[in-house]
Amino acid sequence: MTSVASGVARKKKVTPSAILMRASMIMIIGVAVYWLGLNLTSDPRQFAQVTVNGLNNGLLYALIALGYTLVYGIIELINFAHGDLFMLGAVFSFAVLTEALGATGPSATNYALLLVVLLLSMLFCAFINVSIERLAYRRLRNAPRLAPLITAVGMSFVLQWIGLKWIGSNPVNVNTVLPSSDFEVAGVVIAVKTLIIFAVTIPLLIVLAFIVNKTRRGRAMRATAQDKDASRLMGIDVNQTITFTFAIAGAAAGAAGLMWAQTTGTVAYNLGFQLGLVAFTAAVLGGVGNLYGAVLGGIIIGLIQSYNDGLAIGPGQRWSQTMVFTLLILLMVYRPGGLLGETAQEKV
Amino acid sequence: MARLNTPAMLKINDLTVGYGAITAVKGLTLEVREGEIVSLIGSNGAGKSTTLRTVSGLLKPKSGNIEFLGEKIDGIAGHEIVAKGICHSPEGRRIFPKMTVDENLDLGAYLRKDAAAVKETRDHVLQLFPRLQERINQKAGTMSGGEQQMLAVGRALMGNPKLLILDEPSMGLAPVLVDLIFETIEEIRKSGVTILLVEQNALAALRIADYAYVLESGHLKLEGDGSKLADDPAIAQAYLGG
Repeated sequence: MTSVASGVARKKKVTPSAILMRASMIMIIGVAVYWLGLNLTSDPRQFAQVTVNGLNNGLLYALIALGYTLVYGIIELINFAHGDLFMLGAVFSFAVLTEALGATGPSATNYALLLVVLLLSMLFCAFINVSIERLAYRRLRNAPRLAPLITAVGMSFVLQWIGLKWIGSNPVNVNTVLPSSDFEVAGVVIAVKTLIIFAVTIPLLIVLAFIVNKTRRGRAMRATAQDKDASRLMGIDVNQTITFTFAIAGAAAGAAGLMWAQTTGTVAYNLGFQLGLVAFTAAVLGGVGNLYGAVLGGIIIGLIQSYNDGLAIGPGQRWSQTMVFTLLILLMVYRPGGLLGETAQEKV
Repeated sequence: MARLNTPAMLKINDLTVGYGAITAVKGLTLEVREGEIVSLIGSNGAGKSTTLRTVSGLLKPKSGNIEFLGEKIDGIAGHEIVAKGICHSPEGRRIFPKMTVDENLDLGAYLRKDAAAVKETRDHVLQLFPRLQERINQKAGTMSGGEQQMLAVGRALMGNPKLLILDEPSMGLAPVLVDLIFETIEEIRKSGVTILLVEQNALAALRIADYAYVLESGHLKLEGDGSKLADDPAIAQAYLGG
């Protein structure tokens, strides 16, 4: 029998524990607002500065987080190899742009090369991600959940090993193409690099959102994410749609990899673990499976890290990761589905 | 009603389908002729949905073959079968709950390129189910069971099928809605669509059917004109709760 329970019948009862939950949540938000407000009033210039830095990292996190969320959305797999794919994107861009093409230092030619390598890096990572799905995950699509999960962990090590063989075990310095100059707006120093990150990531995020929400392919992706058999009955080629999703996720990781290498000036084979963890956290924070959630989560984590590290009154850099994960845990307590995740139940 | 004298549209020949070690359908042979309503009835687990899912390419047969308009379609991927003109409104409705009614209908026409023709079908569907027009921008998952069922049938019609497969379209619906669904099925047939129907509500399904097949644990038990089977006391006792 199907139930058509009405919303009224499920109305929440006000219990002491619910009041406690609500009160503690308000208290925590209050402390956070107080902390930010205190810093804002005591040194507005510093606050703005730190915000810009936070957005800089946050947008890169968002690009990586998108890959987690897209793949999870469509096959409910946490693709542990995704962070390492990002690393390979960074390594690839270093190998091609810096080493093979010798593009170091700002110049018009080098900017053109940067754009070309950005595209190549996106294609490269898209290709690797699609291959991983074809070779490993597709065969396990009907296997118990744990099998693809462990395979993803294995893939993560395979990609790390490729990175290790490619550039060695020590972090490598990248002579970046981007200028190291900066300028001041009302006392806030903004690096040209930061502007370039904005200029690359924001349009990419918009294009991605457009693909998923407005195109026929995107509609097929969303349908496949919800119900694969029903999608087949609509005439959607489910395998092809999943391939397409992995390609997009890979391309985003490739772009993030290049931007990371160029803005931080360093790449290392184990970059993926650390950044992957942060980006995965961003995806969960925003509500895994939700595109906008991943972007929001990425930006929030970038800001939190930056506020924590850079504000005059604050715990300081040592507590950076602690702050991020404390926030994640608190959010999971109050909103288990993530910020934009679904909490409402659907009728069956 | 009696069997029409039109050419066969769907031919299932000696079909056997199973899930792992379990065989759900054994040696089933049936035929749907152009313009007919053919009902497939039987108790739970008789293999009705399995048969439909195999026709639509969601399951691969172990043996036997399926022909649609003279072309072999067994073993072809599901999305290619839709392209050939078979649309399937599955058991349990399976609408896309997080999408609006509008988007669900659009997905039904996923493979169709001709925007003007799609618009025409869409108008026809909304005329059949005015309720969908009222809910057009609502998330499908928030609608009532009856509305979701209308959407599932409407969505299948959006593909402009030659053969429409309906799996339990009246399941879980209030009696008034059940009548509405059956009336709509007849109306759809009048518009020139051939229908293969699976129903728990056997009496209603036999009454509107030109021809019917009765399945029992994966075997074909009985076949005949819909009205004859509806009046058959043995059928009544076994399936109609009489």
